[in-house]
Amino acid sequence: MAELELGTPRRNLARKLADQREFVLVVILLATVGGVAIASPESMTLDNLYAVLLALSFQAIVAIGMTILLISGGFDLSVGSTAGLAAAVAGLAMVNGVPVVAGILLGLGVGAAVGLVNGLFIARIGINPFITTLGMMGVVRGLVDIITQGRNISGLPDAFKWIGQGTVLGVQHPILICLVLVAIGDLLLRKSRFLRQNYYIGGGEKAAVLSGINVNRMKIFNYALTGVLAAVAGLITAARFGNVSVTLGKNLELQVITAVIIGGASLQGGEGTVLGALLGSLLMAMIVTAINIFHVDIYWNTFIIGATLLVAVLIDVVSKKKRSAV
Amino acid sequence: MADDVILQLRDITKTFPGVRALDRVNFDLRRGEVHALVGENGAGKSTLMHIVGGVYRPDSGDILVGGRPVRLRSAHDAALRGISVVHQELSLAPNLSVAENIFANRQPVRLGDLIDSGALEGRTRELLHRFSLDLSPRALVKHLSVAQQQVLEILKAMSYRPRVLVLDEPTSSLTALDTQRLFRNMDQLKAEGTSLIYISHHLGEIFQVADRVTVLRDGRHVETLPAAGLTEDAIVRRMVGRTLGNIYGERASDIGPEYFRVEAASGGRFHDVRFALRRGEILGLAGLVGAGRTELARALFGAERLAAGSLTLDGRLLRIRSPNEAIAAGIGYLTEDRKDQGLFLRMTVRDNCIAPALARFAGRLGMMDERRAAAFAEAARTRFGIVTPSVRQTVRNLSGGNQQKVLLAMWMGTAPKVLIADEPTRGVDVGAKSEIYRLLRQLAAAGVGIILISSDLLEVLGLADRILVMRQGRIAGAFARSEATEENVIACASGVGQECPSG
Repeated sequence: MAELELGTPRRNLARKLADQREFVLVVILLATVGGVAIASPESMTLDNLYAVLLALSFQAIVAIGMTILLISGGFDLSVGSTAGLAAAVAGLAMVNGVPVVAGILLGLGVGAAVGLVNGLFIARIGINPFITTLGMMGVVRGLVDIITQGRNISGLPDAFKWIGQGTVLGVQHPILICLVLVAIGDLLLRKSRFLRQNYYIGGGEKAAVLSGINVNRMKIFNYALTGVLAAVAGLITAARFGNVSVTLGKNLELQVITAVIIGGASLQGGEGTVLGALLGSLLMAMIVTAINIFHVDIYWNTFIIGATLLVAVLIDVVSKKKRSAV
Repeated sequence: MADDVILQLRDITKTFPGVRALDRVNFDLRRGEVHALVGENGAGKSTLMHIVGGVYRPDSGDILVGGRPVRLRSAHDAALRGISVVHQELSLAPNLSVAENIFANRQPVRLGDLIDSGALEGRTRELLHRFSLDLSPRALVKHLSVAQQQVLEILKAMSYRPRVLVLDEPTSSLTALDTQRLFRNMDQLKAEGTSLIYISHHLGEIFQVADRVTVLRDGRHVETLPAAGLTEDAIVRRMVGRTLGNIYGERASDIGPEYFRVEAASGGRFHDVRFALRRGEILGLAGLVGAGRTELARALFGAERLAAGSLTLDGRLLRIRSPNEAIAAGIGYLTEDRKDQGLFLRMTVRDNCIAPALARFAGRLGMMDERRAAAFAEAARTRFGIVTPSVRQTVRNLSGGNQQKVLLAMWMGTAPKVLIADEPTRGVDVGAKSEIYRLLRQLAAAGVGIILISSDLLEVLGLADRILVMRQGRIAGAFARSEATEENVIACASGVGQECPSG
C-alpha cells in the first residue's frame, strides 16, 4: 500500500544516538582526552583537571542563561559587559566599606537590572535582540570605564576573596558553584513546566501564545536571569583573582555563545540543553589544554576555537539535510 | 430548543483598518451537531473563528456559551471555557515530543512545577488510543510527516475535551485514508456530546459530515441551511452570489501534435518515468501524497537532479541543470507552496510579476526599464483578474486566490512552452478557482502544454484531457478523459484491485 500509515518510522539506535548532541560530544571529549593521555601521560593529573574545570566554570555559569535564551529564540551579546559592571560595582562598594553580603547583592542587582533593560527593549518595545544587546554591550562596558576611571580595583575584603579562592576537599569553590548551578539549571530546564515554556516559544511564538504562554513575561525573565548569571560569573571571577580588572568579562559573550552552540543550541531557537552547553565548554577547554600540552603556539587558540564552532555547525547542518532528504 | 444551543454569536461586527471583516453576523451551534461554515476567501470565516477562539475581540455583538454571555479574553480563556480551535497554520514545536506538544503548557506536574513524565506519557497514550492513532508519545514532531503533524494538531485540540471544537481546513494535507479516519473520530466526538464547527473548501467533505451549513459572503451571514438535500450548486450560488456552472470549463481548441517528451527519467524519488505531452493538452498527474509527482516536476524544471533520462522539446534534446536553464528552454513551474517557494511575499505585485523574466525588462546597460515593467504588471492585473488596489500592493496582503493568480502571471511572463502547475488551486476559494481554470484553459488554447499535478481528483477529472497516475515513483497507469472516474483513478493510485490501464 502506497498510503502513508500513521506511525513512527523505525529509527535505529545508532541514528537516535547520533542525533543526541550530548552523546556525540561525550564521544569527542573522550577521544580528545584519550589523545592527550596517550601523547602526554604525565599531564593527566588531578591538578590539571581542576585547572581545566576552573577555567571554564565562569563561562559555564553564563552558558546556563544563554542556553535558555537561545532556546527561546533570543540572544545576548552583553553578558561580558554585565559581568564586568557587576564586579566593578560590587568591588567599589566593598572597597569602600560596604559589607561583603551587601556588596554581592548589589552586584547581582546590577546584573538583574541590565537583564531587565534588555528584556524590556526586546519583549516590550520589540527591538531585535542582536541590536539591543549589542548596544547594551557598549553602554554597560562604558559604565565600567566610567565608574572605574580606567583603574583596576584592588584591596577586596578577604571574606569575599575566600569565595573565589577557597576549596572544599581540594576542589575550588568556583568549580563547585558552577557544577551546582549547572545541575540545577539542567534539571529545571528538563523538568520545570515553567522553564520548558521556552521550547514552545522557540518552536513557534504564535503557537505559544495560543497555548496560553505569556511570551513577553518569559522573555523578560530570561534576560533578567541571564543578567544575574553573568553577574555571578563576574563576582566569582573577581573573587578568584582578588581584584576587579577593567577588562573583566571582555570576549566572554563570544566564548559562551560558541560553547552553547557547540552544545546543540540553534540560533533559530527551540533546541538546546544546559548539559550540552557544559559539554561544549568542556570541549573548548580540552582543546585549549591540548594546544598547551602539544606545545602549539598560543596564538592558535582563537583560530582553533573559531574552527571548532564552524565544524560543529557544519556537522549539524549536514546531518539535518541528510535526515530530511530521506 | 433554546437550551440545545451551546454556542451563539449575535450581531458580531469586526472591522480592521480599511475593511469590515464581519458585519452583524449571527451564528449558532447546537449540541452534538457538525455545523459547516463555507465562504470564499475574505468572506470572514477565519475572522469569525478567531473571535470564537478568543484570539480577536469583536467590536460589537455578543458571544453566548451555554446560554450565558461571555467575554473571551484570550485563546487560553476560550480553551478554559471549552472552546478549542484547530487553525490552518500548524502550531507545533518541532523539537518537542508528541506528548509535550499535546499537553503544551499543561503537562501534569508534581512537587509544584516539575513535570511528571510518567503521567504525561500515560495520558498521551490514552488519548492516542482513544482516537486509534499509531504514534509514539516520545516521537519528536520534526520527525513526523505533514499529515501526521496535522492529525496531531487535531488531537491536541481534542485533548482539551472541548464542548466546541472548531476545525479550520483540517484535511488540506491529509490523504483520503486519514480524512476518513478524521471523520470517524468526529463521529465519535459527536456521540460523546461535542459540537463541531467545520470549515473547508472541499464541498464534497461538507456533504459527508455536516448537519447544517452556514454560508458567509463579504462578511455577512447569507444563510444557514440543513445539509440534507443540499446540492453543491446551491452552496456555491450562495457563496458566490451567482451560478458558476461548470467551473472547470471546456476545451476551447484542438490538441496539437506531441512536442515534449520525457524518456526513462529517474531521480531521487521516481524511476523510469516516460510520457509525452501534446500542444495545448492538459495532462493530469494524479497520485497519492508521496508518490513522487512534485519530485518529478522539480527534476523536469532543473530544481532537483535528474539522475537519468532525457527531455526533448520540439525535437531538441534539452540539457537542464538548473531552473535558469529550464526557463530559458521554455519550461515554467508553478510550485505547490506559493508562500514559501513561489512568491516573494514582502515584495509588490509588480516585482513579483517580473521576477522570473527580469532580463526582458532590462534596457540598456542592464538598467531596469520601469515603464515596461509597470505596463506588464498592469496588463497582468487586468488579464488575470487580480483583485488588488494597485500593483504596488504587497503580495502578502492579497487573498490566497489572488496570490495564486500573481504566481500564474509571474510564469506567464516567461512565455513558457510547457507549464507544470503543481496544486494550482490549493487554499483557493471556489470563485477564484474557476478563474484560474479559465486562465489555464486560455493557456492551453494558445498551444501551451500543461502538466497538472493535483490532489483534488475532481479538479484533475474536470480539467485534464489525459490522466497519468504515479505510484511509488513510477507511472502506474494512464487514463483517457472519458474512461477515468474517481474510483478507478484512486484504485490505480493506491495499487488496489484491477490492473491500471496503460491508456
